[in-house]
Amino acid sequence: MKSVRHGGIDCDVHPALPGMAALLPYLDPYWQEQVTVRGIDGLDLSSFPTQMDAHGRADWREAGHKPGSSLELLRRDALDGFGSQLAICNPLYGVLAIYNEHFAAAVARAMNDWITAEWLDREPRLRASITVAAQNAEHAVDEIERRAGDQRFVQVLLLSQDDVPLGNRRYWPIYAAAARHGLTIGVHAGSTYRHAITSNGWPSYYLEDYAAHAQGFQSNLLSLVHEGVFAKFPSLKVVFIESGFTWLPTFMWRANKTWRGVRAEVPWVDRPPSDIIRDHVRFTLQPTDAPPTGADMERVLNQIGSDDMLLFSTDYPHWQFDGDNVWPAGFSDTLKQRVLVDNPRNAYPRLKEALS
Amino acid sequence: MTPDDGRILVAEAPANASRSKLKLIDCDVHHALRSSKDLYPYLATRWHDHIAQFGRRRPVPFLASSPYPKTAPALSRTDSWPPNGGPPGSDLAFLQEQLLDRYNIEYGMLHLLTSGMDERNQDLGNALCCAINDWQYEHWTQKDKRLKAAIVVPGEDAVAAVKEIERWAGNPDFCQISIVTHSIEPLGRRRYWPIYEAAEAHNLPIGLHSSGTNGHAVTSAGWCSYYVEEQHNVALSQQNLAISLVCEGVFERFPALKAVIIEAGFVWVPAVCWRLDQHWARMRGEVPHLTRKPSEYFRSNLWYSSQPADEPENPQDLRQVIEWLGWDRLMFATDYPHWDMDNPEHVFKFRMTEAEQQQVFAGNARAVYGLA
Amino acid sequence: MARHIVADAGEIPPGGRKLVTIRGREIGVFNQNGDYFALLNRCPHQGAELCKGTLIGLATSTGPGNFELTRHGEMLKCPWHGWEYDIRTGQSWCDPNDIKARAYPVTVEHGATLVKGPFVAETFQVEIEQDYVVIEV
Ligand code: FES
Repeated sequence: MKSVRHGGIDCDVHPALPGMAALLPYLDPYWQEQVTVRGIDGLDLSSFPTQMDAHGRADWREAGHKPGSSLELLRRDALDGFGSQLAICNPLYGVLAIYNEHFAAAVARAMNDWITAEWLDREPRLRASITVAAQNAEHAVDEIERRAGDQRFVQVLLLSQDDVPLGNRRYWPIYAAAARHGLTIGVHAGSTYRHAITSNGWPSYYLEDYAAHAQGFQSNLLSLVHEGVFAKFPSLKVVFIESGFTWLPTFMWRANKTWRGVRAEVPWVDRPPSDIIRDHVRFTLQPTDAPPTGADMERVLNQIGSDDMLLFSTDYPHWQFDGDNVWPAGFSDTLKQRVLVDNPRNAYPRLKEALS
Repeated sequence: MTPDDGRILVAEAPANASRSKLKLIDCDVHHALRSSKDLYPYLATRWHDHIAQFGRRRPVPFLASSPYPKTAPALSRTDSWPPNGGPPGSDLAFLQEQLLDRYNIEYGMLHLLTSGMDERNQDLGNALCCAINDWQYEHWTQKDKRLKAAIVVPGEDAVAAVKEIERWAGNPDFCQISIVTHSIEPLGRRRYWPIYEAAEAHNLPIGLHSSGTNGHAVTSAGWCSYYVEEQHNVALSQQNLAISLVCEGVFERFPALKAVIIEAGFVWVPAVCWRLDQHWARMRGEVPHLTRKPSEYFRSNLWYSSQPADEPENPQDLRQVIEWLGWDRLMFATDYPHWDMDNPEHVFKFRMTEAEQQQVFAGNARAVYGLA
Repeated sequence: MARHIVADAGEIPPGGRKLVTIRGREIGVFNQNGDYFALLNRCPHQGAELCKGTLIGLATSTGPGNFELTRHGEMLKCPWHGWEYDIRTGQSWCDPNDIKARAYPVTVEHGATLVKGPFVAETFQVEIEQDYVVIEV
């Protein structure tokens, strides 16, 4: 087990921004003053309440601090804890949900400066996603251009549920910039709550919101395929982060079936959606939403029909498993090795270059 | 608009007779109004004028088209337009010939895609539901005893819905209660509970056929562009609906309530259950009203119609999913006359034992709907 | 293999079709601007009467947002699930190698040749100076 695990690439860890105060040094004077005078703070996403046990494993917390806010702990529990050679930081602060697009762009920029100075510069095993203000693709593209020279940024981070599905052309300049710079698009579970979390309105419980991310990802997957994002950007890889993946086989069956009868509506989709998904879309390991037995998981993996699609992740500091049981039952040693190293390298062009 | 296939010359050919020995129960048959005028005999005159002047008010962009134009006229098989005119499903004799007789169907469970539930004018919505039920009774279930109707109720107005349930409960022509699935709030929310209370009291299952409009975007990430997406997203919303019924505690409060998910397929159920169970284990403090794992409610209170049945490359994968789902949960449906209908003779590309066939094609539905 | 006379050459107009039954098999005969094609009237997917489907063009694209329509009237869209079949070959568009409608060779022949036989013409009085549509089944 230990030997299989060592040297993996953890594709989803969450350094937490303690609060707006931590960004002040990285904001320009105008926004510093706005933030201070107006008391702007608390922009953590309500679709990921940081106080919940589920979003901070008890043994990975430090009293009085947001889970994930300490580099020391992340080093100890995520990097050393799982023997990972690299980990990709996905900060989940609520930049994408800010209504003022100019403020969002300023915060995105500060976030990227912050993660560079306080995480990447201090820990060589860390890589990061670029935080962008996708509210307006121009802001996002500016920010991607600003960071692209730093090879430690390997991905552009979006949320799974924003105001339009991710295949929409509104996002295409972002995809073009990502493709140009060998950056992957990471889509993390989460909602800006511009729309109800289900197409039937707002449920009562967080459990339902969290479960609903699976359907939200599936809607986005349909959108990415049918809008033709991968036809337009053939080198682009999209990583679904914290989406679960055991729904994938049955989703692909249905997508293929519908496409066969209706495909003339989107003639650029000239092969079955499952083929396109297998070529372009990747999924992080945690949470696995595993079936009851390892034998069942083997069947699901078999139905997925590709060993290339899963990427190792701990989802640190979120609580998806106990102890070091990051592997659900049903993964062979060969598959683990692929998930740990080969698949992440192939999903992130910049890691491939760095490691080759 | 009817499909234009040109004139087809036909040299005499034998009519297709049913090849099936098994008597089937079809859990999703669509009859249709020829026009809203069919309902006028059952509507107060005030509504005739109202409909003529103001029409229906539903939260949709177009006057007379679906928000996402379908892949075929009237959403239907192009060979299902009755020779005597009217839209597909509107002619009983043709429906009998093309569906009931052709496939040896013992019972067909009717689902009308028109409801008053998503009408914004609630008085009109209530009147429409009542009229629809009168019309279904007089023109369909009384004319062919194989056809069983669903009590169409204005579910956004639970008081009126319960009244309509009471009007028909006990009438053997009505076997379930129909509420549209695109409700204004998730259907597990309390405002709908009086309906479930009445359903449980009268031992009537709730039939949840993908339908209706509620003004919400069709995905939780907003509006998609294409019908090829929307058609699939409608099924995704049924997943959220099932999650809602379970997590909000409907089946704790009404343990004998049966709910049937219709026209959403079924292959998604196991993965939804796995996900819910896993996260419930960490968040159960939030939902102390759930005394069992979420998946257990899926196994005790929910059933699923088979259509559209998925077609994995390896047909055995479908058998595997049914094993996970439970053979007692799945109920065959054609969805006649809609374009994505399933033909009972070809729908499952793997072998079922006779006992399995018996369950899926008839037995499960017979038990759920209490059919003789 | 037997050759069956199924229509007078002028009977099926361009863009038209005729359903015939040959030894219990229903077959659709299509006239595509003078070229004739024949397909079994049975969709390999779920058994719909394929030859009653709509004749459409082939939609293709060079990339997102580009729409092209070629081969007008040469694709047969199944009346049920809308899968598209090439009337020239019976191949489905979505899975041309594995999903095919059964196709039969069709020729137009002169009555003078036909009377030399062998052929089957249950309902036809063959006239020497006429042309006929002939299917090999
Ligand atoms: S039966 Fe022809 S496409 Fe399904």
